[in-house]
Amino acid sequence: MTIPELEAIAKEIRVDVIRMLVEAGSGHPGGSLSCTDIVTALYFHQMRHRPEQPDWPDRDRFVLSKGHCVPAVYAALAHAGYFPKEETLSLRKLNSRMQGHPDRHRFPYVEASTGSLGQGLSVAVGMALAGKTGGKDYRTYCVISDGECQAGQIWEAAMSAPRFGLDNLCVLMDYNHIQLSGGTDEIMSLEPVLDKWRAFNWNTLEIDGHSFPAILDALKAAEQHRDGPTMIVCQTVKGKGVSFMENRWEWHGKAPSREEGERAVEELVNGS
Amino acid sequence: MSATATRVTFGETVCRLADTNPDIVVLDADLRKSTMTDEFSRKHPERFFDVGIAEGNMVGVGAGMALAGKIPFICSFACFVVGRFEQIRMAVAYNRANVKIVGTHAGIGIGEDGYSQMATEDVGLMRTLPNIAVVQPADAIETRGAVEYIAQHDGPVFLRLTRQKVADVNGEGYEFRFGKAVVLREGTDVSLMGTGAVMENVLKAADLLAAQGISAQVVNIHTLKPLDTEFIESIASSHGKIVTVEDHGIHGGLGSAVSEAVAELGRGRVRRVGVTEFAESGDTEGLYGKYGLSAEHVSAAAMELMD
Ligand SMILES: Cc1ncc(C[n+]2csc(CCOP(=O)(O)OP(=O)(O)O)c2C)c(N)n1
Repeated sequence: MTIPELEAIAKEIRVDVIRMLVEAGSGHPGGSLSCTDIVTALYFHQMRHRPEQPDWPDRDRFVLSKGHCVPAVYAALAHAGYFPKEETLSLRKLNSRMQGHPDRHRFPYVEASTGSLGQGLSVAVGMALAGKTGGKDYRTYCVISDGECQAGQIWEAAMSAPRFGLDNLCVLMDYNHIQLSGGTDEIMSLEPVLDKWRAFNWNTLEIDGHSFPAILDALKAAEQHRDGPTMIVCQTVKGKGVSFMENRWEWHGKAPSREEGERAVEELVNGS
Repeated sequence: MSATATRVTFGETVCRLADTNPDIVVLDADLRKSTMTDEFSRKHPERFFDVGIAEGNMVGVGAGMALAGKIPFICSFACFVVGRFEQIRMAVAYNRANVKIVGTHAGIGIGEDGYSQMATEDVGLMRTLPNIAVVQPADAIETRGAVEYIAQHDGPVFLRLTRQKVADVNGEGYEFRFGKAVVLREGTDVSLMGTGAVMENVLKAADLLAAQGISAQVVNIHTLKPLDTEFIESIASSHGKIVTVEDHGIHGGLGSAVSEAVAELGRGRVRRVGVTEFAESGDTEGLYGKYGLSAEHVSAAAMELMD
């Protein structure tokens, strides 16, 4: 797929995220919009997967460790053809498969149930380890958030992946610099974050997480790296694409009203 | 009836108590706007510590501060803070560190976020630990009293609070008495014992039962540990019919606590109304209907005991 095509899909996903949240009346726009380009690059360029055969044993695995941003993944999966897009509008409603956080029993197209931050990376390590031990050549991808890296378990997982030689694991950190209560640097800084991953023996890259050429290059470099796991630190903007949400912690966990949603969609579609 | 989220009353009360008690400190894990410690963080910034999304560290740091003489309130969603069970087991309970564990957003009543943010096992976990008391207030006035009490209580306490607004069930002038069951309505045929957010539905269930000629007593058990076993015994020895109701799993919570007491007495019968599976996203009322916590479910459970 070409870069303009990927950009067009990302735009559609962002619009879908806004529409879903407006209908739901709650949810997390900021972090969903900041990881949209990463998720798009994974599902529409990098990962080997089959929407017509979701349980294909050799599919690449994807774990959304920052589970609250699942609207972006629902939109991507619908766009890829896993299920009808109308269903996304039932997000967070009783009896819907579109749970507020990923639930792999109700909705089998996500690989792991997440939503308690700090745990998904360990699960991804396990999937990569099983692949390696089982002689499978699928790759495992995991998206983590910056606030989540304050959790100790992230660093337990970080220590284990190089030890197990997991060159089939690629982690993307959605570094939007904002968590729930404010700026990550004010609350509990991760810096120097690249040095931390490097010190834990990861292959580390830092990119603009909204540039498709940069994301694709980094994913390719990770795939070619033959000496342990890769961490791609993606510099991103929380609320990316909607001017009144960008870089504002207030939009971490609040749904837009119908009117705000229309303004957001208008901006996304026509450019601001 | 007016309604308040018990986390809101907690936030106001801990802030006020800190004005006169310099030992009170608050720790939070990137949820101050949800646990309602935001006001405290602005009023007492030198006594507020946000550890980031690192609840395990928060438990340990809280225990250390308590062992050094402070009175830490450590706050997060109930599922996340109690999820650090082994840290609580060692650092708080075993040390008997004077930590006040505040778990907000308890139960399936939180609604749309879904199971990952719903605590339905927390009471069970905390009840297993020696030294820790477990308190779940049912409304605003009870929350105020409970927070005042636990601030001066010497020893660790788990305080379980709601995200959603809950109706006032206690009258003006109500006084919180640790460890004592509260009779909200007299009745002679069956005893409906509830705790926390469900009390409004329990009162409604008593109305439904009254319409069928059954006189139901309504009891609010705000202290889940230590349980008011004297009260349970008095009921077990009279009509002996008890229905427990809680926004928590039926394993380990109020239903278990009351069943244990009743089994040891060897008298009385219990029906447990509570959550039995992983719940989901939805609105509170819809979830209470689907997962068995509506007034109708409570009255049906009581009917099962009528012979
Ligand atoms: C263990 C745990 N603690 C707390 C929360 C509540 N919570 C949900 S989102 C969030 C902030 C997340 O910020 P960040 O990790 O930076 O994610 P992003 O900016 O990508 O949305 C918090 C504290 C949680 N889901 N899990």
